[in-house]
Amino acid sequence: MPKRIVIVGATSAIAQQCARLWAAQGASSFTLVGRDAGSLEVIARDLQIRSPEASTHTATCEFTDPVAVTELAGALAEQGPLDIVLIAHGSLPDQQACQSDLRVARDALLINGLSPAYFAEAFAGTMQDQTAGSLVVIGSVAGDRGRQSNYTYGAAKGLVERWVEGLDHRLADSGVTITLVKPGPTQTPMTAHMAGHDKMAPVEQVAGDIVGAVEAGKRVIYTPRKWALIMWVIRNIPAAVFGKLKI
Amino acid sequence: MSKVHAWGRLGEYDHQVDILRDRSRAPGQIRAGAPGLTFGMGRSYGDACLNPGGRLWKTSGLDKLIAFDPQTGRLVCEAGVLLRDIQRVFVPQGWMLPVTPGTQMVTVGGAIANDVHGKNHHVFGSFGDQIHAIVLARTDGEIVHASAEQNADWLAATIGGLGLTGVIMEAELQLRRVDSPWLDAQTLPYNSLDAFFDLAHASEAGWEHTVSWIDCMNRHDARGIFMRANHVSGAGQSGPMPSNKKKTMPFVPPVSLVNKPSLAVFNQLYFHLNRWRAGHSRVHYEPFNCPLDNLLEWNRMYGRRGFYQYQSVVPFATAKNAIRSQLDEIQRSGQGSFLAVLKTFGERQPRGLLSFPMPGVTLALDFPNRGRKTLELFERLDRIVDEAGGRLYPAKDARMPAELFRAGYPKLNEFLGYRDPGIASAMSRRLMGD
Repeated sequence: MPKRIVIVGATSAIAQQCARLWAAQGASSFTLVGRDAGSLEVIARDLQIRSPEASTHTATCEFTDPVAVTELAGALAEQGPLDIVLIAHGSLPDQQACQSDLRVARDALLINGLSPAYFAEAFAGTMQDQTAGSLVVIGSVAGDRGRQSNYTYGAAKGLVERWVEGLDHRLADSGVTITLVKPGPTQTPMTAHMAGHDKMAPVEQVAGDIVGAVEAGKRVIYTPRKWALIMWVIRNIPAAVFGKLKI
Repeated sequence: MSKVHAWGRLGEYDHQVDILRDRSRAPGQIRAGAPGLTFGMGRSYGDACLNPGGRLWKTSGLDKLIAFDPQTGRLVCEAGVLLRDIQRVFVPQGWMLPVTPGTQMVTVGGAIANDVHGKNHHVFGSFGDQIHAIVLARTDGEIVHASAEQNADWLAATIGGLGLTGVIMEAELQLRRVDSPWLDAQTLPYNSLDAFFDLAHASEAGWEHTVSWIDCMNRHDARGIFMRANHVSGAGQSGPMPSNKKKTMPFVPPVSLVNKPSLAVFNQLYFHLNRWRAGHSRVHYEPFNCPLDNLLEWNRMYGRRGFYQYQSVVPFATAKNAIRSQLDEIQRSGQGSFLAVLKTFGERQPRGLLSFPMPGVTLALDFPNRGRKTLELFERLDRIVDEAGGRLYPAKDARMPAELFRAGYPKLNEFLGYRDPGIASAMSRRLMGD
């Protein structure tokens, strides 16, 4: 039974759904971390009504400031062991804009790549002496192979994957499990403008897979599961053929 | 542009879909995005939830609970919250929605806009009867707070108002106390329409939930299965838990799996199985209220052409003849339905200007779309309903003529004054001219 849970990027649709599932399982304490205090309050209130026994807290943080991230993780760890830390924030940049204005590319790399790495590192540092606990980071199928349609986002998510892989190696002997989640396109507000939104995976399904993977202590999951196969194929398409694909 | 279909899957249409992100930003989104139409879970069967070529505002981001008072059972929540989630959160806390329709996979906003009903209409009325207050955002930027005390006319227009009076942002609902998630149910086969009316009448005083399945393929008199149930009261009760295993209808078959031979077999089996099982049983509220919620996307069963639901209500005075005539027409047409539901409504007058429930008897049937043949059958059924002084349920409708709508809903003109000029649906264009 999970007890104390920290969710970074708690206003994201997937994170909210995970929080509800953990609340239904009887989690006793939630700390919701985000950028906007007002939105966090609304989500915390919702969670509190769903789970009257649990305590909910909110914290704001400058997500791209390594010092602020370190301090936040330290402060939360001081209050006791953390059972689950979910790092879920991100924003999908416009690839064309990333190409024509490198400042957009930089910001996308910061928020989708470096920032999750900061949080993962900072929490891993505070959790490594625990005998149990889960650190869960949301990556993306986009990180599996650079593609013309979204390689800036893909590069950031690839960075997250390598970083988490290294942390997993480093913490292999500890009691802490590290899970990298790679969702395929999901019906979140982040993808609302994209074609085929209605064919994407429902948030509920992705969140259910994440909660299940944490429970099972999995290292890497694709959600929905079919993306493991799809991405295996995409990773293995020879460059000569890949170059002709508009994906 | 995304392809969107309604529950009946009669057609897929391009829509510009926007997700309303949260209640602070949503009024701005609809103001900037108008004209458009609110879209919840798309459980309306026909065209009430469609706006082909135009914009849809999906309420999936408006899914927060805002306040709950455990003393009074009053819940304030955003309009995109699912009835299923309210039940799952509050049943363990000893509270429940007083009224739920045949699926819990609908939003609070959709349940208000269609003024949905359940099996306990004679006790609790419809969904709209449970509403204390709403917050309505209009596309001109106005925010209307409506309750019984303040702007009550706006509440009456919005309950059953098909989403046309503005976008419902929040609602305050009354929950009812329950001791457990279970009901004690009784299953009684009946062999004639008269027997149905006797059972319905005899059950009204002692039973909260009443409903019946009717075999519309039977050659002789109507036969069916009458179900009635009460909530189990008292602490320390136990009963079966619902299965969490969901099955999904995995694909859309090229032709409807519901057809004359399969219906004949199904209806025979269903009748005899239930006759054999007749008697008392204890059931969880989920399978009792929403037997199809465990078969996801069951609407695909009807194949590529989709299906219609035809749901009418006729006043008690004309009910016996009107129901019998409808069943005769259906039998004669050779088209039929295995989800045929016959039930009585209570005497309560509806709260909404366009609410469907009224004192009388309602019959609901699904028909695979067989084009002209199906539409001709509906025209014959329309005449029976019209002559009986009844009306059709807009939430289920994809084709009723505007004259029948006007005849069935005498407060339509009053309603039109409350419409939001920035909101229209395929249904409003068909039935109200724009």
